[in-house]
Parts: sequence; C-alpha cells; structure tokens
Amino acid sequence: MHPSPDLGIWIGGLLTLGIFSFLYGDNPYYKFCEALFVGVSAGHWFVTLFWTVFVAKMIRNVGIGLNTFITEGFSAGFADYMHWSYIFGGILGFLMLLRLFPKIGWISRWSLAFVVGTTAGYYFINYLVSNGVMQIQKTILPFTSVGNIILVVGTFCGLIYFFFSKEHKGAFGGLARIGIWFLMITFGASFGYTVMSRMSLLIGRMDYLLGNWLGLIG
Amino acid sequence: MGFFERLIKIDRRIIFTFIAFAVALPLFFNVSMHVETTPEVVGIFSAVDSLSPGSKVLISFDYDPGSMPELQPMAESFLRHCFSRGLKVILMGLWPQGPLQANWALDIILNEPDIKEKNLQYGVDYVNLGYTAGNEVVIQRMGSDIHAAFPVDYYGTSLDEIPLMRGVRNFDNIDFVYNLSAGYPGTMEWVQFAADRFHAVLGAGNTAVQAPLMYPYLGKKQLVGILGGMKGAAEYEVLSKRPARGVRYMFSQGISHAVVIFFVILGNVAYFATRKKRKES
Repeated sequence: MHPSPDLGIWIGGLLTLGIFSFLYGDNPYYKFCEALFVGVSAGHWFVTLFWTVFVAKMIRNVGIGLNTFITEGFSAGFADYMHWSYIFGGILGFLMLLRLFPKIGWISRWSLAFVVGTTAGYYFINYLVSNGVMQIQKTILPFTSVGNIILVVGTFCGLIYFFFSKEHKGAFGGLARIGIWFLMITFGASFGYTVMSRMSLLIGRMDYLLGNWLGLIG
Repeated sequence: MGFFERLIKIDRRIIFTFIAFAVALPLFFNVSMHVETTPEVVGIFSAVDSLSPGSKVLISFDYDPGSMPELQPMAESFLRHCFSRGLKVILMGLWPQGPLQANWALDIILNEPDIKEKNLQYGVDYVNLGYTAGNEVVIQRMGSDIHAAFPVDYYGTSLDEIPLMRGVRNFDNIDFVYNLSAGYPGTMEWVQFAADRFHAVLGAGNTAVQAPLMYPYLGKKQLVGILGGMKGAAEYEVLSKRPARGVRYMFSQGISHAVVIFFVILGNVAYFATRKKRKES
C-alpha cells in the first residue's frame, strides 16, 4: 500500500467517499460534499463564461473599438471591433439582468424571446435534414433489405402506438402492440447501455480510490 | 415471511455492497477479457488507418471529468493511433473543460517511449485550440473560417503564428474529424453542422448513455463509426494492438454486469413467486 503524497488526490478521495456515503443514507458529510460540488461547479462556470464570453468577446472588442475611435475616428479598424452584434448581444444580456427588479422584470422576456426564436429557426433546417430527410431516406431505401423493412415496420408501428385519436382495437390495436414490442426492445438496449455507462463511472472512481489514492493497485 | 418475500424487501444497501465488490475486486487481478471488435469501431479505425502521414485530424473534446472513465481511454488510444501514424492533430473543445482533458491525454501519450522518440513539436505536429463559447455556432463558424472561431490557441498564441494552422481555414483542409462527446454540444451537433452541412468525414466516441441515440447516423454514413462507452474504448485499444485502461477495466465491467443480471433475474423470480400471494392479500 502506497498512499499518494498529493494533497489534491487526498481531497478528491475524501470527497468521493463523502458522495458515496449517500448510498448508506443521507448524512451531513454527504450534504457538505454535495454543496461543495454545486458551489464549485457554479463558480467555475461563472468565471469561465465571464472571461471567455463577456470579457473576450465583448469587453475586449468594444474596448479596442472605442480606443480606435478615439485615436483614428471612424476607420475600418473601428468598424471591425465595434461590430453591432457585440452591442446588441450586450444589450440583450443587460435586459436579462432586469429580472432582478420585479417592476421592470418583464423586459427580460424580450431577450428570452429572441433566444428562443433564433434557436428554433436555426435548428429547424438542420433537424429537418439530418434527423428527418436523411433518416427517412435510409430507413426506406433500399426497401429490399431485411434491416430496412424491419426499420420501416418498427417505425410505422411505433407511430401507431402514439396515435391516440383511434381506439387501439382490432388490426390497429395489433399494430400498436407490435409498436410496443419495438419500443420495449429499444428501451432495453438503452437501459443496457446506461448500466454499462454507470458501471464505467463507478469503475473509474474505484480505480481512483484504490489506485491513485491508496496505491493498492498498480 | 418466506424466502421470496424477504428477497423482495431486501435492503438495497446489500445490493450496493455486492456491486462495490464486483467492481473493485477485479481491479486487483490483471486479467484480460476477450474483446470482440464491432464494425462501428472498425469503421473509425480503418478511416484513420487509411490517412496518409501528414494528414490533419481534428479532435473535439466535448466532455468534462465526470465522463473521464469512458471517454479518456478513447481519447488516449485515438491520439496514440494518430501520432504513431504520423498524423497532425488539432485539439479543441466545445466544453470549457475539454481542452484540459486534451492536455491530460497528451501528457500520457507524449511520454510513451515510442511516441516520445518521434520528438513531436507543439504547433508543428499538434496544437490545442482551447475552448470557445457558442456551442454549435462555433462548428458552423469553423466551416467557413477556423481562424475566426479560434483567433488564438489555448496558450494565447495567434493561429496565424502556428505552423500547423497555416493553410487550415475550414473543414476542407481537415481530413478527419473525431468528436468525443458526453452530451450537448456534442456528436449530434457535429453531425448536423460539420458532416451534413460541410461534408466533413466524422467519427465519434460517446458515453454509453448517448451512444444508442447516435446509431441512426451510421446508416447514412453521417458518421463513419462510433465508439460506445468503455467497450468501444477497449475495442479501439485491441484494434491498435495496445491494450490499456479500456481493456483492463473490461474485467470489472464483465463481473459487475454479471452481478446486475443475477439480481435482475432474482428480483423477477421473487416478484412472480410472490405475485399470487399479493393478489390474494
């Protein structure tokens, strides 16, 4: 046994045990580790986004733009840095902060409306092409392949299961039942993968505790 | 109370204990399980293997330490493969922690004897572009101008001053894109923007949770291949003939799965054995 001399590894090990302690039952040690994790995560995200978005994208460019304006007036350099998108983005960001003031908090909805609208429009074509048209082409053609026939039947029956305007009886109900089978097999495959994923995370932690921290395994 | 009734009401902490031992004990034994390779993993391996030395490979690290056990072995084996084939590697991240994951993988691979003797140079053989905010918009920007999306690299050096990045303007100048993904933004966005819009040749390594969602993209060759979870990493290591962490972890993975399956069967047997009694009561 060769425990790590690294303080960071020790802190990581003790915090891991704290999180694992929830498996026995809720306790103050777990609550401390959870709160620490949430706090550190929020702080990390705040600092990262502040420096990589607010400072790097807006403050830096607008600052250089203003400086260029002072020294050169309306020049090409000024136009490059003082781009309207930085100002517009900055204003939208500022409007979001108005949520902190209840009387004028409703103005923040303008920013949200802009974000929701542009995102929906931005994604519409991409989803239609990548997840719609191209998938349908591959699911149907060539219709001679057994795999494609199964895909078409499975997709069709799955859609029928989610059609609730007609009672699931007779032939329609039969197709819906086939749809359920396809759905169950799909969920089973997803569940199997999820188990593998969670086990992988546990293996990673165990390797850290027993190897990196305690030095019990090479 | 009969045996099955007690089984139905078993304290979950007993199951946790079994799982903990099933995961931990195999780590003490140096047992290599047979790992069968699948066409999805072979697809990526063959695509990289067919690239001529000097070809440029872009790797996007879109994950954080929470997904390290699954994705870090994939990153390491892929980097090893690229460097051993003499490919030029461009690293980046759409997640803030991504470039750090890239550096951790680099630290390990660049110190392996056969890679070390190649004396690879930063900026010439590999470069870390760092993180830039914007999610999928960054990918779209890279499709027209990578230098606009990443004006400077991870260390603040202008891309124009980095020899490897001279002449690399967009996806037309990149021979293969590899995305390591644990969620959003990730493989779906790379498929939609890099592969479908800019026709980049794309492969992906995913956490097992999201891998099934990406399989439909294999059919239309939107992805040339996919590594799903730790098993995918182990397969890549086997194909590279360099078994490492992925293969080592598979023994734990196998034993723990066996325990889970055992408890699923046991739970179902107990459930059906006590169903009649429950109905009566």
